[in-house]
Amino acid sequence: MKLVLKDGSVYEGKSFGADVPMTGEVVFNTGMTGYVETLTDPSYAGQILVCTYPLQGNYGVPDKKFFESNKIQVSGLVVSEYSEEYSHFDAQKSLSAWLKECSVPAIQGVDTRAITKKLREHGVMLGALAERLPGKFPDPNDGNLVAQVSPTKKKVYGNGRIKIIAIDCGMKENIVRSLTRKETTIIRVPWDYDFSKEKYDALFISNGPGDPAMCQKTIENIRKAMNANKPILGICLGNQLLAHAANAKTYKLKYGHRGQNQPCIEADSKRCYITSQNHGFAIDGKTLPKDWEVWFTNANDGSNEGIRHKTKPWRAVQFHPEASPGPTDTAWIFDDFIKSLI
Amino acid sequence: MKKSGKSDLQDFFIKPRSILLLGSGGLRIGQAGEFDYSGSQAIKAFKEEGIRVVLMNPNIATVQTDKGLADKVYFLPLTIDHAEAIIKKERPDAIALSFGGQTALNLGLELEEKGILKKYNVRVLGTPVSAIRDTEDRAFFVKRLNEIGIKTARSFAVHDVAHGLKAAAEIGYPVMMRSGFALGGLGSGRVNDAGHLAERLKEAFASSPQVLIEEYLAGWKEVEYEVVRDSADNCTTVCNMENFDPMGVHTGESIVVAPSQTLSNEEYHRLREIAIQTIRHIGIVGECNIQYALNPNPPAGGVDYRVIEVNARLSRSSALASKATGYPLAAVAAKLALGHTLPTIQNAVTKSTTACFEPALDYLVLKMPRWDLTKFENAASRIGTEMKSVGEVMAIGRSFEEVLQKAIRCLNIGADGFTANRNGNFKIDDYDEQIQNPTTQRVFAIAEALKQGMTIQEVHKLSGIDEWFLSKLKNIIALEKQTRTKKFDAEALRSLKKAGFSDLQLATIKKTTHVKIRTLRKKLGVTPVIKQIDTLAGEFPAKTNYLYLTYHGTEHDIVPSGSVGHPMSYVVLGSGPYCIGSSVEFDWACVQALNTLREKKYKTIMINSNPETVSTDYDMSDRLYFDELTLERVLDIIDFEKPKGTIISTGGQIPNRLAMPLHEAGVAILGTKATNIDKAEDRHIFSKLLDTLQVDQPLWTEITTAKAAAKKAAEFGYPVLVRPSYVLSGSAMSVAYDEAALIRFLKRAADVSEKHPVVVSKFIENAREIEIDGVAKNGELVIYAISEHVENAGTHSGDATVVLPPQRTYLETIRRAKTITKKIIHALKITGPFNIQFLAKDNHLQVIECNVRASRSFPFVSKVTGYNFIDMAVRAMLGEDVSGEYRTVDLDYVAVKSPQFSYGRIKGADPVGRVEMASTGEVACFGDSFSEALLLSMQAAGVRIPKKNVLVALGKEENKIKLLTSMRELYNMGFKLYATEHTAEFLKNHEIPCEKVFKISSGKDPNVLDLIERGKLDFIINIPTHAMTDTSKDGFIIRRKAVDMNIPLITNRQLAEAFITALAEARTTSSPSSVRV
Repeated sequence: MKLVLKDGSVYEGKSFGADVPMTGEVVFNTGMTGYVETLTDPSYAGQILVCTYPLQGNYGVPDKKFFESNKIQVSGLVVSEYSEEYSHFDAQKSLSAWLKECSVPAIQGVDTRAITKKLREHGVMLGALAERLPGKFPDPNDGNLVAQVSPTKKKVYGNGRIKIIAIDCGMKENIVRSLTRKETTIIRVPWDYDFSKEKYDALFISNGPGDPAMCQKTIENIRKAMNANKPILGICLGNQLLAHAANAKTYKLKYGHRGQNQPCIEADSKRCYITSQNHGFAIDGKTLPKDWEVWFTNANDGSNEGIRHKTKPWRAVQFHPEASPGPTDTAWIFDDFIKSLI
Repeated sequence: MKKSGKSDLQDFFIKPRSILLLGSGGLRIGQAGEFDYSGSQAIKAFKEEGIRVVLMNPNIATVQTDKGLADKVYFLPLTIDHAEAIIKKERPDAIALSFGGQTALNLGLELEEKGILKKYNVRVLGTPVSAIRDTEDRAFFVKRLNEIGIKTARSFAVHDVAHGLKAAAEIGYPVMMRSGFALGGLGSGRVNDAGHLAERLKEAFASSPQVLIEEYLAGWKEVEYEVVRDSADNCTTVCNMENFDPMGVHTGESIVVAPSQTLSNEEYHRLREIAIQTIRHIGIVGECNIQYALNPNPPAGGVDYRVIEVNARLSRSSALASKATGYPLAAVAAKLALGHTLPTIQNAVTKSTTACFEPALDYLVLKMPRWDLTKFENAASRIGTEMKSVGEVMAIGRSFEEVLQKAIRCLNIGADGFTANRNGNFKIDDYDEQIQNPTTQRVFAIAEALKQGMTIQEVHKLSGIDEWFLSKLKNIIALEKQTRTKKFDAEALRSLKKAGFSDLQLATIKKTTHVKIRTLRKKLGVTPVIKQIDTLAGEFPAKTNYLYLTYHGTEHDIVPSGSVGHPMSYVVLGSGPYCIGSSVEFDWACVQALNTLREKKYKTIMINSNPETVSTDYDMSDRLYFDELTLERVLDIIDFEKPKGTIISTGGQIPNRLAMPLHEAGVAILGTKATNIDKAEDRHIFSKLLDTLQVDQPLWTEITTAKAAAKKAAEFGYPVLVRPSYVLSGSAMSVAYDEAALIRFLKRAADVSEKHPVVVSKFIENAREIEIDGVAKNGELVIYAISEHVENAGTHSGDATVVLPPQRTYLETIRRAKTITKKIIHALKITGPFNIQFLAKDNHLQVIECNVRASRSFPFVSKVTGYNFIDMAVRAMLGEDVSGEYRTVDLDYVAVKSPQFSYGRIKGADPVGRVEMASTGEVACFGDSFSEALLLSMQAAGVRIPKKNVLVALGKEENKIKLLTSMRELYNMGFKLYATEHTAEFLKNHEIPCEKVFKISSGKDPNVLDLIERGKLDFIINIPTHAMTDTSKDGFIIRRKAVDMNIPLITNRQLAEAFITALAEARTTSSPSSVRV
């Protein structure tokens, strides 16, 4: 099987996933562990993932309860070396078996560093995992990826006093785990759900795949919550959607931030946190209305990593405080959010 | 973890004007060259800030003690008295304790405890002393971690044997015993029952006031994190590492991979989180590491861990982490100690991103320990919870198979890889035994087991090694098996190379030559690619010069040096792993070579595989290839880079041995012609050359049968020196005093045959040894330094106490040595460094050997004479005119270099000087007189000056007579002498009062063993009858006990004499602590 990029480059590898051709946007992730969490992150919908860490599959695949959603979300997987044998007390199957089960193609034995450097220089590119050159490369971002991964029904977790509406644009399970506490009730709703009739105390906007501009309905619903003066917390896509609701703009990053080592500086304390990230779009800080401010900034490239309203309880981060995969340094963001509601 | 406001610590920060930096002293097991790396990075980081740096370190072979780094260097023993004297004189306003290993940390704690820092108003940089104590004192440590609910191994700190036994009974056997305040786990280990525990406790309390009895966690995974934290509470983990060998094998004895391979995201990040919590709670500022045991089968699932320890300083692991990731940990730690915060420090590798991040690797590294236990008589090859390895190598690649096989080759132990070794070497017959009870050869035992059809599960059961690692090893064996019957095509070759097979291994499998394999490979286009290490997996463009080669790739990251506008590049071949006989001095020499080349505006390319070195620092060369020093790999690099020339004469024996093969492959070697180097290396040719030059040499012959050896030995007359070319265990070289000993010794050699001949040479007794280190150009002598050994011939030159300028050598002898030297260098047309060793007896000289390369003593002679011999050698090799008048004999001071031994680590080894080198490092001190320099130097090597009670056991009559004056002197100085039976009688006959003690075997009182064990003795002088083959068990036990009980010991007659004279002189002259810089 080959990885074919839109610019015509071909990387011949060996298949270890499902034997089906697949197209997608080719992106790279620099995490050194956490393939189970990464592959099940709905934000990866429509993307072919290149792992920069060369060895994958080492500790197998555990029970579903460790997943970030119920299945593999990536369109395809590209690694340098897949480890046939795995070893872990939690493992139930191999990565290869799991990929096949989910009908996701994967190849190994290609120069993933060369591909990464190409993506870094040219930006993310459309591509395909296939035996033969595909006729065309459809852009997954042209469709509404959020609609594809978002649930269709409402679901309620917990039985606490504080009711939080969580808009699921492709929400990772660990966000649900992080928000569900004895004092909270989480009402998980579809991306376009109009919750203005619901009784709730606060709004949470989740991560999700693709371009935030596709989620106009969500943005409108967020504005309703803003009008109702409800406290709001957003993560990743949620950050971008909150920005849109506040009339700021987003843009597509050249090759995105995907990894577990992104340093982000908090505006007040100047403290630097190591964060887990997975996004291709970012907020243009310059377009923030004057009653909003930058909360976090990426210490490497200066891009926006979070925003907050100067007076109202609205804030969001571009990175993933729920980690999974990645460092847990910013888990306090959930604590602070919930504390502010008590 | 809470977001918090500004830390109070930030306000505490005032930049110091001057800093005293404590070094680590002589290299020894558990504390090796890594502290040259951390110290020199720290000095550079401090200097960048305009701070004056005063360095205290008697290790003269280090880069950090070079001119141009610290403002002032004190080559003095790292003891409290000398430290105080320096503080008093220099009045630094801060002291850095975390860059000189455990030695510096302990000395710093002592200075603080005794109020010296307070008295002179010296501030401790970085981690506060209270925090260091929390990590050093086990009881505090456990208490502090308990405060935040972090789990440590169940453990009791005890201060006497009775409490130790009680604690063990409570935990239940087996228990883990660890002594506090110790480097490299000295005095640690599994103890199975009360009997053994009582014995081990007694030993441990001799060197440590506190011992820990702990829960035994054998078989758990062992994981480490390197953590940095700044004064504003930013905290990140730079690297995590996983041990291939589970708990039960010291991390310094383990194969280690980075990043971890078998940890899930939950495990990786849970341990990371605990690391950060712990480090914050303790209050480290700078760098530290944290070690965990992780349960591979937690009964309740989840992450079941124990924190084992925190090292609040740079360590061997941090040096490894630094080289593994490219993150300059020591430099960053130094900046943090000054109060800088992580986000404000730039990532020195990318030069565009921040140091406040966690490196993402797109490769993996594997570290392997290098042991040298065969250099010690009696030493067990078992490995465990105590560190015995003397060095390590790191291999970089993109699959586990690749890095493992690379690392094995880097070790330079004659192995071509995990399997398929030449002549069937490294085949382990009792593999199951060695897998279960790990030895230095365990990895080869696993290879054999897998070949014999043992399953992964079976090996796992015996060893506890994770099945993932074992499955990778099995892949290698399986691939080898397939290859035997398969024809090589490009695909097959590529998959073998991806699994780390070398051309030599492939040649062995296919019964052909490595040259043929290489040719075929190149024809088929199967060549490695060069990849950069950039700390962030290619995410950002990086200006990194840090490189490795791999077969897992299709594209080079770089273009050859020559093609980017600077055609003049030179390669310097490094020295590989530290081992006995090749240590930091060769790294020093390589660094000097790089410096000179850079000064001359040439581009430099460094190749080395040792993570403990300065030569592999990110800022030492224009291109650093962290890779194998094998012919195959060096040629791969040279094929690509096409340098103008290659320097092979600064890295010691590894590059020296590559001279001929590189030359034959058409590589331009700088300096002396390879064919002439070979003439000095080949015993036969060199011997003939000496004959032609009419230069005398000890009688020798090469023999292929034991019978012939005995015949020749009789002809030469005993004693003879025997050197088999192939041995499995035991030391390679020995002196035989009679035929029985000769035969016994030859029997121990694995093989005496045509293929593995034995060299027998006449051993000259009571001869002295002198050495000439020098530089020549086109066969003419440029500069030389002549030094003499205190010990007579028979003590390896690496174990000898060396004096410069010579004190006892006649001018006539010096003149003759110089004449002979000129003849030899002329005959070999030497250009560059060289070293010649002589035997001197009654003004007659014989040449023992000639090395056409830099020797161990180059940093010593360079720093003592003030001329950088390597700089001159490199300039000579580049064709520059380096002639001049150099004053190297008539100096205003005397310098003495002493060996640093690590016998305490090598259980069972006989601590006696032999023809085979055993020291792991060296130190040197200066003085106005020989005596002054000698006393300082010996103290710097860890010898404590006796206060009261001295035990003497002088051996044969000759020793007794020759030491009579010294004994009288000792007595006159007021020492109480204890003497063993014959020595006591001898002393009494000569009216020197002493107390007689009885042999251990006699069972009578007062018994020598009892005396030692009761801690009565300050000092022991025990001279074995035959320096090399003391068969007396009593003597051995005395010496061994001295080491185990940490009592200073002298085993050489000449050294004993010099030491006692020096002691007496020190008493009469109120010696001012003279110091050279």
